[in-house]
Amino acid sequence: MLLIRCPYCEEERPELEFRNAGEAHIARSANMAGETDDDFEKFFFIRSNPKGIIYERWRHMHGCARFFNAVRDTVTDKFIMTYKAGEPKPSKLPGVGK
Amino acid sequence: MKKYSVFAIAREAMRGHKGWEEQWSSPEPKKEYDVIIVGAGGHGLATAYYLATVHGITNVAVLEKGWLGGGNTGRNTTIIRSNYLYDESAGIYDHALKLWDGLSQELNYNVMYSARGVMMLAHNVHDVQVLKRHVHANRLNGIDNEWLTPEQAKEFCPPLNTSKDARYPVVGAALQRRGGTARHDAVAWGYARGASARGVHIIQNCEVTGVKRAPNGAVMGVDTTRGFIGAKKVGVVAAGHSSVIMNMAGVRMPLESYPLQALVSEPVKPVVPCVVMSNTVHAYISQSDKGELVIGAGTDQYVSYSQTGGLHILQHTLDAICEMFPIFTRMKMLRSWGGIVDVTPDRSPILAKTPVPGLYVNCGWGTGGFKATPGSGHVFAHTIARDDPHPINAPFTIERFRTGRLIDEAAAAAVAH
Repeated sequence: MLLIRCPYCEEERPELEFRNAGEAHIARSANMAGETDDDFEKFFFIRSNPKGIIYERWRHMHGCARFFNAVRDTVTDKFIMTYKAGEPKPSKLPGVGK
Repeated sequence: MKKYSVFAIAREAMRGHKGWEEQWSSPEPKKEYDVIIVGAGGHGLATAYYLATVHGITNVAVLEKGWLGGGNTGRNTTIIRSNYLYDESAGIYDHALKLWDGLSQELNYNVMYSARGVMMLAHNVHDVQVLKRHVHANRLNGIDNEWLTPEQAKEFCPPLNTSKDARYPVVGAALQRRGGTARHDAVAWGYARGASARGVHIIQNCEVTGVKRAPNGAVMGVDTTRGFIGAKKVGVVAAGHSSVIMNMAGVRMPLESYPLQALVSEPVKPVVPCVVMSNTVHAYISQSDKGELVIGAGTDQYVSYSQTGGLHILQHTLDAICEMFPIFTRMKMLRSWGGIVDVTPDRSPILAKTPVPGLYVNCGWGTGGFKATPGSGHVFAHTIARDDPHPINAPFTIERFRTGRLIDEAAAAAVAH
């Protein structure tokens, strides 16, 4: 089971309190009806599914119930950092080389 | 290839078993092949086998980064069934089921296909409605599936707890008698032996690190840990790593990879005569011929390539197993393991041509690919050989996520496969 740090509660809590909410930083169009089929497919279905660093959303379902973002290595399942929703995608990751 | 038979066993017994040959050869990779298959699991090897036997294409290499059948082929719970809801799914899974019947004879290799029946339990009104809908849809598609009362379910699987006092009482069940199990390793080995005997090169410990494309965009071959290998046609059958390989060719996929776990108990005498599945309590179970109870768990909730999953996932499944079979509460579990499954948004596979000329993909089987192995290989070989899908896999395109023609088994097939 993963230990996840909620950036709002500022605590490491067991995975059972959280729900994964998929890939992060996928912007929803403000004009969804005007989206082309290609763009809608990219937004809705296509995922980067990386072997390595992933940016993903989590929700502290059974805690503060808020969504936040996390950076995790999908090979080791180790979290590199978590940050609040709405904060920009971190350009530099602690402890990770280029 | 020397044929296996009772006479061969007798002959070798007399000779001290010195005449058995290797089941498949391990040649050095050539510079160029007509077709390269990436991934020597069941689906990849079956594809190579049918390319050779049905389409006469034998200048084929199957590249495997680890060992043959060491991925999800060796990690699944070996369940076979075809009781899917939609016509497209019924078409492909029942195509596979028809090939399972007779596969041992065709391959001259005992894949131990055992049509012992797959029984899916209903615990509430919703389950009854869903499973009865399946029964009727299946029968319209010519697929056997029948409705059982709790008493009939108990008769079919005596250790099942059908007490009305159970927390989730059994109120009925759907039974596909042609469903069952097979020996997963033997499927990979049998296809490998058959393909190798017809000239297919199976190259293990050869990881694909890049896909080379010509200036016009078409595939030229693959870079591997053993150097560049050329081919005008490349079929990607890499299960959990499909999006990694497809990314090398510049194609982004509608896939996410999750850990899926399974576990087996200590071996005991025959006690579970069939496969029992329950989507509501989320567990399924069968018994291997060695006597181990084979139990499938769910996926973890996050993308991962770690080939391990959380312990709480296994505990959740065992809770459900103990509800269904209280007699197993004191059984000891022997081993657990994880595999990485590639899941599509509609939970149906992709077997198709890709936007890249000469590149084909067979992926997205998610948590239930083993059952489809022969059918998948058969129609994927057709797709590669003719550069055109077989009618059975024609609906399973990548483009369906753009056009919206999904094959939405996500809710229909539910969690357990």
